[in-house]
Amino acid sequence: MSDRGHPVVAGINPPLPMQRTVPIPSVVDSVGRLANGFFEWFGSLGIFSWKVLRAAVTPPYEWRELIRQLDEVGSKSLPLVALAGAAIGVVISLEARYSLSRFGAKSMFPATLVYSVIQVMGPIITGLIVSGRVGAGIGAELASMKVTEQIDAIEASAVNPYRLLAATRILACILMLPLLTLATDACGLLTGWFAQSLVEPLSFHQFIESGFRGATFNAFLPPTFKTAVYGLIIGLIACFQGMRTRGGAEGVGRAATNSVVLASLFVILADVVLVKFILVVFP
Amino acid sequence: MATAYDIAMKQERPEEGGSAPVVAVENLQKSFGTNKVLNGINLSVNRGETLAVLGRSGTGKSVLLRLIIGLEKPDSGSVRIHGQNIANLALDRMGEIRKKMGFLFQHAALYDSLTIAENVAFPFEHHRRDMSRSERGGRVKQLLAEVGIEGDLGKMPSDISGGMQKRVGLARALALEPEILLLDEPTAGLDPIGSGEIDDLILKLQRERQMASIVVTHDLHSAKTISNRLALLDQGNVVIEGKFEDLQQSDIGLVKEFLKQS
Repeated sequence: MSDRGHPVVAGINPPLPMQRTVPIPSVVDSVGRLANGFFEWFGSLGIFSWKVLRAAVTPPYEWRELIRQLDEVGSKSLPLVALAGAAIGVVISLEARYSLSRFGAKSMFPATLVYSVIQVMGPIITGLIVSGRVGAGIGAELASMKVTEQIDAIEASAVNPYRLLAATRILACILMLPLLTLATDACGLLTGWFAQSLVEPLSFHQFIESGFRGATFNAFLPPTFKTAVYGLIIGLIACFQGMRTRGGAEGVGRAATNSVVLASLFVILADVVLVKFILVVFP
Repeated sequence: MATAYDIAMKQERPEEGGSAPVVAVENLQKSFGTNKVLNGINLSVNRGETLAVLGRSGTGKSVLLRLIIGLEKPDSGSVRIHGQNIANLALDRMGEIRKKMGFLFQHAALYDSLTIAENVAFPFEHHRRDMSRSERGGRVKQLLAEVGIEGDLGKMPSDISGGMQKRVGLARALALEPEILLLDEPTAGLDPIGSGEIDDLILKLQRERQMASIVVTHDLHSAKTISNRLALLDQGNVVIEGKFEDLQQSDIGLVKEFLKQS
């Protein structure tokens, strides 16, 4: 035995067991890496957006793929947003009736429901539902195409993948979001009225007339059409996350998750900015 | 009418009518992070010639093909197609050159949401928009027949074998009648009979179409069968380039080892 307590073999004193020193990253390093990743992500997104924009405005145009994507984003999301709209209509109806009764303002119920659904809840609920369904779908589809070299195969076939895959999907999201929002709003108003009329009979005609009395286009069009910006955000982020994927199945999963999380987050952040913008521009 | 590709080629072709190589790679270097994949390699391929690029996994063979078709940008050096350096071409300009190139990916890379026939029709739908539906259908059938597929046109890629997928990938690569054919491991993952059939198919296509071809492969038997010249890559360098007999007579240890193990 050596004086260190280890067995001695052929007269060689074995070295002490290596002490593993795990480097502890300093706060400055961590913040630096985080900031670096943050700016790198935005930089890459900027380059990606430029490539998509340039591809989208130059011929040849991919009309067939655009129509396919309009169907994919629009008609296949319709049942989901309609159901969500119906649910929020009932919830607002129940909440509003209770609150308004407490303040003796029951006559304000139709206007409260109309404004709540069309100006506030309809657009954001539609944005979030589409972020989930379409964002995940686009992110996973493009990521899967990326890791199986299908996007490379498109490029090798002399077809611009930014035009065929990204521009068509982003444009479909921009065009379909306002239409889906209208569907959400319609379902919300219908179920809201229905829930109210079960408790206190009110004709649909009366409800609409009272709800929209004194309303202008400025009150309803900007909140509906702001969802085109949500569409841009959802399409852009999902395509970007999908087309930059690396790794196999894990990469595909990560791309789908990141698409949904980031698109939802940016939709909410955009809502803050857009609400203020609409209040200033369309008072 | 001259296409943008023809005009570009006319401007750039230094030895029009001479024996300029169709593909020439000069001092090509490529790294991924700190990993140097290609370390200044030089290769060229002429019309009607097939060059087989051999080497162990991770020696940069597939990266070389991706650089030639412009899917990767080189760090330095040049890739010349008919004399034109493609290293810094814009995507749409590069597209004109890619129309003259066919690429068979290692795992075929068929579009999994399209049928076999739609996969082969893909280049026609984007570059031959003047073709009628029936003309396109006829051409797709003809191409698939050329690679030995007569039925199953409506099947999805996931419903056919690996060998069949390679054949469909080859038919898609040949759709625009390319002058240059790039094949990435065409026989990988196939049984010996399947490999032999793919080799015969490539030989037949070469005889009929006289393309300039580069085949990346591990399979020495396949490389010997289908190529005129072979190049062995190791650690990003070309260790030896020549006919199969040149490799057999070489004294380089790695070449001997490669021939022995293959």
